[in-house]
Amino acid sequence: MRKSISKMSKQISVLIFFILAAFGADAQNAITGKVTDSRTGNAIPGVTVSVAGSNTATATDVNGNFSITAQPTSTLIFTSASYIQQEVAINNQTSINVSMVISTEKLGEVIVIGYGTTQKKDLTGSVSQINSKDFQTGQISSPEQLIAGKVPGVSIISGGGAPGSATTIRIRGGASLSASNDPLIVIDGIALDNIKANDGRPSIAGSANALSLINPNDIESFSILKDASATAIYGSRASNGVIIITTKKGRLGSKPVVDFNTTFSVAKIIKDVDVLSTSQFRQFVDANGNDGFKKLLGDASTDWQKEIYQTALPTDNNISVSGGYKKMPYRFSLGYLNQEGILKTDRLKRYSVGINASPRFFDDHLKVDINVKSSIENARFANQGAIGTAVNFDPTKPVRSGNSAFNGYWEWTDPATATGLVQLAPKNPVGLLMDRHDISEVRRSVGNALIDYKVHFLPDLHAFVNLGYDVANGSGTIIVDPNAAQAYLRSPDAKHSGINNRYLQKRNNRTLEAYLNYTKNFEGGSKVEAVGGYGYYDFQTTNFNYPDFTFDRTIITSPNNAFDVPRYVLLSYFGRLDLSLKDRFFLTGSIRTDGSSRFASGKQWGVFPAGAFSWNIKNEGFLQNSKVISALKLRLGYGETGQQSGIGYYDTYTFYNLSSSTSMYQLGDTFYNMQAPSGSFPNRTWEQTATYNAGLDYGFADNRINGSVDVYYKKTTNLLNNIDQSAGSNFSNQIVANVGNMENRGIEVSLNLQPVRNGKVVWDLNLNGTYMENKITQLDPIFNPNKPGNPYYGISGGTGNTILINTVGLPQGSFYVYKQVYDANGKPIDNLFADLNRDGVINEKDLYQYKNVNPAYLFGASTNVRVDKFNVGFVLRASIDNYVYNNTFSGSGTARNIMNPIGYLNNGSTNLLESGVSGTGDKYFLSDYYIQNASFLRMDNAYVSYSVGKVFKNAANLTINANVQNVFIVTKYQGLDPEISSGVDNNFYPRPRTYSLGLNLRF
Amino acid sequence: MKNRIAFLILIAIICSGTFISCTKDLSQKPTNGLTADEVYSTPLGYKLAFAKVYGSFALTGNSGPGSGDIQGIDAGTSDFFRLYWYAQEFPTDEAVISWGDAGIQDFHNMNWSSNNQFLTGLYYRSMYQITLANDFIRHASDDNLSSHGITGNDAETIKTFKAEARFLRAYQYSVLMDLFGNPPFATDSLQIGEIPKQIDRKDLFNYIESELKAIEPDLKAPRTNEYGRADQAADWALLARIYLNAEVYTGTPRYKDAVTYSKKVIDAGYSLVPDYSWLMRADNNLNTDEFILTINYDGIHTQGYGGTTFLTHAPVGGSMVPAKFGISGGWAGARTTKNLPNLFPDYTGDKDSRAEFFTEGQNIDINDITVFTDGFAVAKYKNITRSGANGSSLDFSDIDMPIFRLPEMYLTYAEATLRGGDGDAGLALEYVNKIRERAYGDNSGDISASDLTLDFILDERGRELYWEGYRRTDLIRYGKFTSGTYVWPWKGGVKSGTGTQDYHKIYPLPVKDVSANPNLVQNPGY
Repeated sequence: MRKSISKMSKQISVLIFFILAAFGADAQNAITGKVTDSRTGNAIPGVTVSVAGSNTATATDVNGNFSITAQPTSTLIFTSASYIQQEVAINNQTSINVSMVISTEKLGEVIVIGYGTTQKKDLTGSVSQINSKDFQTGQISSPEQLIAGKVPGVSIISGGGAPGSATTIRIRGGASLSASNDPLIVIDGIALDNIKANDGRPSIAGSANALSLINPNDIESFSILKDASATAIYGSRASNGVIIITTKKGRLGSKPVVDFNTTFSVAKIIKDVDVLSTSQFRQFVDANGNDGFKKLLGDASTDWQKEIYQTALPTDNNISVSGGYKKMPYRFSLGYLNQEGILKTDRLKRYSVGINASPRFFDDHLKVDINVKSSIENARFANQGAIGTAVNFDPTKPVRSGNSAFNGYWEWTDPATATGLVQLAPKNPVGLLMDRHDISEVRRSVGNALIDYKVHFLPDLHAFVNLGYDVANGSGTIIVDPNAAQAYLRSPDAKHSGINNRYLQKRNNRTLEAYLNYTKNFEGGSKVEAVGGYGYYDFQTTNFNYPDFTFDRTIITSPNNAFDVPRYVLLSYFGRLDLSLKDRFFLTGSIRTDGSSRFASGKQWGVFPAGAFSWNIKNEGFLQNSKVISALKLRLGYGETGQQSGIGYYDTYTFYNLSSSTSMYQLGDTFYNMQAPSGSFPNRTWEQTATYNAGLDYGFADNRINGSVDVYYKKTTNLLNNIDQSAGSNFSNQIVANVGNMENRGIEVSLNLQPVRNGKVVWDLNLNGTYMENKITQLDPIFNPNKPGNPYYGISGGTGNTILINTVGLPQGSFYVYKQVYDANGKPIDNLFADLNRDGVINEKDLYQYKNVNPAYLFGASTNVRVDKFNVGFVLRASIDNYVYNNTFSGSGTARNIMNPIGYLNNGSTNLLESGVSGTGDKYFLSDYYIQNASFLRMDNAYVSYSVGKVFKNAANLTINANVQNVFIVTKYQGLDPEISSGVDNNFYPRPRTYSLGLNLRF
Repeated sequence: MKNRIAFLILIAIICSGTFISCTKDLSQKPTNGLTADEVYSTPLGYKLAFAKVYGSFALTGNSGPGSGDIQGIDAGTSDFFRLYWYAQEFPTDEAVISWGDAGIQDFHNMNWSSNNQFLTGLYYRSMYQITLANDFIRHASDDNLSSHGITGNDAETIKTFKAEARFLRAYQYSVLMDLFGNPPFATDSLQIGEIPKQIDRKDLFNYIESELKAIEPDLKAPRTNEYGRADQAADWALLARIYLNAEVYTGTPRYKDAVTYSKKVIDAGYSLVPDYSWLMRADNNLNTDEFILTINYDGIHTQGYGGTTFLTHAPVGGSMVPAKFGISGGWAGARTTKNLPNLFPDYTGDKDSRAEFFTEGQNIDINDITVFTDGFAVAKYKNITRSGANGSSLDFSDIDMPIFRLPEMYLTYAEATLRGGDGDAGLALEYVNKIRERAYGDNSGDISASDLTLDFILDERGRELYWEGYRRTDLIRYGKFTSGTYVWPWKGGVKSGTGTQDYHKIYPLPVKDVSANPNLVQNPGY
């Protein structure tokens, strides 16, 4: 495939060359003119003037003047980043002057909403749309990263610096506890399955992030539906908001346009974990260790973190052709991403193809939109265990041992053990990386055909049928060399080594929707629009199970079943009614009823209604002529949404499962597989979230100042919550039931400014801010004041230590810790904690809830300054009041970690020198000393681009750009990176700083 | 126009077709799961479900050593015997642990709370096995058997299974009675989804006694059942055990019954295996002369990190050589206080072979519980065979765990006799000396009638049964568990040892269940 794609791209460039040559020869009348700003009358330089249906284009000069050749019957198209596009028919004129309207007056913008579009001025709900020109730039491998920091109330946190790593997306915080908190993602009308599977693993085997299979270069816009009045049309899956992704399309009547983008980047690690230097390490062991430990010291000096990281050189190439063939707009794109990770052996390659076509039939009565996005991802996953091991590995040991055992890597050896390795000692980090080949290939295709039929006898009525699919095939192999320490003699009889495993998963999701849309416009700006329909959604995965093999294919364990086909189905009926009255009052009402196979019969159906009202105050008589206020609109909305994601497919009934070959029980001389009943909860049903939203859209001074303010309150009831079961009443002691309530409230503000706007310089500034609050109001069927809550999130260190807790009256994700006692110098006193309940003993009853993983405030700031042909800008993002448990400090920063009682040495965090924590006892892991303020300000990227203009004898337009990502971070947090969505910092893959050079060529 | 009509018809077909076919898609079934009716339709199905009732003794879950039936606790720590051992041994003079697992040090310090993860895990594990037994008992009713067309010998076999399920339920209730006092009470008459009531310790004692007596005729005669399954001797042994402790549980002594039932077991044809060191070895399934009921583990087929895998790995550290224990490496955790080795005439085992300690590089005194080399290591469990060969795996133990073996019955007979149970004093002395003759290899360790005191029996139980999960119950029966009259290093969190409050004799009900079950009242003191 790799070969055929590069071949294909070669053929396409040849084709493009010929197309260019053909059109370049065409020449007609000359037309001149001037482009001015509609308000100021000033000239606008740099406006692209193109001839519709051809590849001829030019740009206005500093005085706004242009000159172009075209046929007298053609149409000229005027485009500029800051202005609304205009089309002017030539009609035999030779001089055409145009006055353009600045595009910050976006109230006329088309906004994508559920099952349709609307104009921004008609919006009743809280919806933010980000178009491609406002996307984050640089080396971006997964779509969601394009809008990080751009939308108030939306947090997008990557899982770390690995290529295509999974991202945590939260819209207005999470509405749920045990069910999913991921928003629904809809691509060109196809609602994707959750990006993560139930247990947090990626939903497609072999891909760290299923969204990364979509090429970000194909995306035109993101529409983020935040409040329930906007999302309720998606009913059951909309509690966490909806992100509608629309891909780029061709334009009717336009000649083929070829767009070529290439980006070359250099990614480097910024800093690694501070650990003891070799000499500090030696000193520490000499001062504190007994002779046994001193004897273990080596002579080398190795910086293990240096050994595992590399400078990565990612490249990204994309080419697309779009246009309109007769009455069919089309777009075809190819992408090739080759991204190395900064952790050695990490690599992701993605080949992608996107096809859109919208043919029309029967005098335009029948329109078919076809979208297909396919990709193949080839990845090698580095063994990320090496990250934490490199922090801890003894710096006095060399990378290479000088002998051939364990492939030449130095390891902790012990002749007394069967493997010859010290049991439980860490393995050489470089060996961990080099000896493991974890290689995957994932093929995914998402596509749909949207059939839009304008009824012949009633043209106001459209009938839609949307048929979609999302199929994926994820497969891979994990091979570990038989001489590698990481799997040496791992068979139970200690005779066979290595790993030789494979995995395979197939996914087949299908969507069918049929709906009717009736739109009737009346004079005076009034309108009625009604949508009603039906949907069927089928989500089916096939997991193939294979034995666990050693390298020589000795079976360690075999699966019970060759495969498993988890499947769930959703059925929906939905309707929406929109009314506009004289362009002043807008009313929306929607209702959706959903049935889910995840619930038992009788509990399957949920009804989700919503309503919203907006009043365009600007259009009232008293404001119509105001010079100060250029826009003012009030929005009020209420809606209910549901949730069924993130919970088991089948556990409303008890089913019996046969145990595996390693879980058999001996009765007499025979080992029997066991039939075990599963826990069940037949009364489980939809979790419901009610959202109230009030918003105000404003604009002042010709909209040079504009934005919106939204206030919301969300109440989730019947929380899908993993709760303790009464012992003896169920086969599982914890099960997801509908118990509990939670509240979210917040304020979101956005402000767009244009401080400078003249012929030469346009300066745009976009600011957004969010305040969020979350509170759990009920967790158990009966409130028990002696029960602190539901602890969760296991940490590294001590079996069964959890660091987070959900408690009634507090936000979700509080830390649950002991209160450290400090000496006069502010140094923690080893193993001394406050007896908070004053019962004379220190036990679990002295743990207390302290701080929280989630931020209270989020801020984003983007700015762009255009000076002539230059664009310069940056994106800043800040998060305030989020805390992180520094598990690197608590795990490695102790004397006991340095001198491990099992009989080996570890390096440790330099925090050890400050804290003096011994590492004995079972409480220090949970000390509040390790909870650190992780508020931060990060510059996500800074860029400069230069529009070279015409090249290749006016055949093409060239733009070049330079970009730095992850420019700087300001934080008090003492670990590597404060931005960790789980709130627990351990084994974190560092986010690199990436320098990119890019080139865009448009024919 | 034709096209248009054809198109409309097509849309109509797509829509109506999907409407009809889709509604039934809302009921989905797992590919590999079976309903109860499907499982309990054949005699083999009954046996596989029956295997789970037993298997939940040994295994943590259904799909390998990393899987767990009990949520909220590390899977490897969630098996029955490991947790039972934690609760019975760590708060006593027999064991300390160096690890930092949440709440693990609370046992020896005697400051556990109702949030302790190990107590919670143990409680839910015992209740889980009871819930499985209840499910099986319901499905093994005569009505259910006949409705599935199971008759004749098959029906008789399943009737025996049912009696054994009732035995396992009674056993787990005896554990809950001993540890938690007043647990929730779920029997087969309680349906899944119904919340059980709490039962008082006295009432629970009466229930266990009546159950064990009721099932006696349905159980197989002693030593006639398959290996690993309960018979009448197991039934009597459990009765003897609860009668010996009846005064603790109910306030009413039942030593006569303890004498009667221990004697029934002793007379059922058991004898001691010749060598004490054979007891906890990889091939100890050969010890059927002495073992009355075992929990069965296997390095290949019955893998888990609990049970005897824990007991072979956790005590190995310091300068101990893992290969000598038939394991790939030790976990450097469990040791003993000096009180246990001091029960023996010497530490080496030269005289009394039961003194299986590892002393090289180990200090007998404990300055720091979390340092492995403080306190003698115990070398009682070895995953190697009598002949010195390795078990089937170096990671998972083959050793079966006897939960009843003959010496306990000898000592029960002797103690109950001394406590006024009307036994034969001469026989009591003979039984004790049988144990000692095996330990000494000859009669040099024999004691005389005047030596046989209650305190001697407690010490002898320590020497014979140490690290087998008896110690806490024994110390409570002797009034030595919480009192300041008998102390050991770090008892109550103090280096020299100190008495603690009496409420510690019963563990707290886990706060998780107190919150989930409104019928439960917490034990006093917590």
